[in-house]
Amino acid sequence: MKFLPFLSGDAPRPRINRVPSPAVARGTPWLTIMLGSLLPGLLLIASGPVLPPFGFLTFVAWRQLRPGLLPIWAGLPLGMFDDLYSGQPFGSAVLLFSAAAIGLDVIETHLPWRNFLTEWLVAIGFIVLYIAAGVGLANLDGAPAPLRVVVPQIVISVLLYPLVGRFVALADRLRLTPFVEVR
Amino acid sequence: MAPPPNRRTGYSRRAQYSTFFSYSAGVAGALLGLVLLIVSFVQPSLFTGLRAAAADVAAPAGRATATTRAAGKDIFSTVAGYFKAGSEHARLERELAEAKVRLVQAQATEVENRRLKLLLGIAAQDPGPVAVTRLTSSTAASTRRFATLAAGQDKGVANGMPVRSPMGLVGRVLEVGATSARVLLITDTESLVPVRRAKDGVPAFAQGVGDGTIRIKLISLGLNPLKTGDVFVTSGSGGLYRPGMAMAVVTQVTHDGAIARVLANPSDTDYVIVEPPFAPPPPPATEPVPDTK
Repeated sequence: MKFLPFLSGDAPRPRINRVPSPAVARGTPWLTIMLGSLLPGLLLIASGPVLPPFGFLTFVAWRQLRPGLLPIWAGLPLGMFDDLYSGQPFGSAVLLFSAAAIGLDVIETHLPWRNFLTEWLVAIGFIVLYIAAGVGLANLDGAPAPLRVVVPQIVISVLLYPLVGRFVALADRLRLTPFVEVR
Repeated sequence: MAPPPNRRTGYSRRAQYSTFFSYSAGVAGALLGLVLLIVSFVQPSLFTGLRAAAADVAAPAGRATATTRAAGKDIFSTVAGYFKAGSEHARLERELAEAKVRLVQAQATEVENRRLKLLLGIAAQDPGPVAVTRLTSSTAASTRRFATLAAGQDKGVANGMPVRSPMGLVGRVLEVGATSARVLLITDTESLVPVRRAKDGVPAFAQGVGDGTIRIKLISLGLNPLKTGDVFVTSGSGGLYRPGMAMAVVTQVTHDGAIARVLANPSDTDYVIVEPPFAPPPPPATEPVPDTK
């Protein structure tokens, strides 16, 4: 973390009399998830479904890292934004984001302990269900595409999820950096 | 981070209600998603305006990344070029020698074509392009294949216009916004293009599979005459797509057709050309039968 010295905490930086900005602290999750929804479209003009649904991965990662930070109804606006750019029939991300938020909440209350592996396994289940359900809903809208076309996408998404989690953790630290001076 | 230690709301009515309402809102969100889905299946055109406006908003970011995408591709091809310079050079020299001969032949054919067309009295039917622009974004995370054009109503782009690259057909315009337009790529499962085999005109339909390949469906069933390496071009029947645009090359023969690879891969395409929709010449007017009393 040489390029962001204030994150490591060893840089001479005034910390006393500073608080995190409330707007940044509350807005960062929403902003990163929306950027995640935009990202697959901008990265490349793909001729097949090859990139992971970054919006959904970021959404799950935020809910796993900070369970109460996003309200349980956050899937409604965030899913709507995702639907505008994802190419799926409108409403599919609204339904799937909301269902995932409720499902994650249920699992979290029933899981007595958590570590990297359990979180990843839970996320893998949600990612596979999300992508498979996405194909199902797209097939209802258009001509049917076989499920095998998304197998590479599922593999890439599952392997990339820990990386998305690291990014979300970094965003979480940036979010809570105290930089607003208290008067 | 560990979950909040105490999730119970205790005796506080306010806390109880706010938890209850937030969970109700979550369930309501899921139900609303279901309703939106049903609406979008029944009335797909309802969200067109919303999507077009959203695409307009995201268009500048798409334009910026389109430029960097092209630059990144150049870097990779430059590095790769160093590794295969020798063999590539030899191959190119051989191809150049062949191409020079072909060029002379083509010039002769062109001259003859012009002469014959003059004899027939046909004016050259080649309307200019509507717009030359970039593909700014695509739906890379979905099985539906849409892309966004960096030109919309401002450049005169309208619904149904075919979009092609120098390599061949890319797709057709589906929804038009103010400064951007949504393109249905030919690899989408909903895209159906009438094609014919380039060398002998075997008619077929080309439909997307969803993973970037195309399924060629023969119109005349029976013995499958296709072979690996056959090139298909648009046939122009039914209008919309101008005949003779390169489309796909067969990679795998199936029992009732073939699986083909698209020639104009949208990820390799720098600029695309939007063309006016092709209208086949109307059938000659039939002479009214004179009344015979």
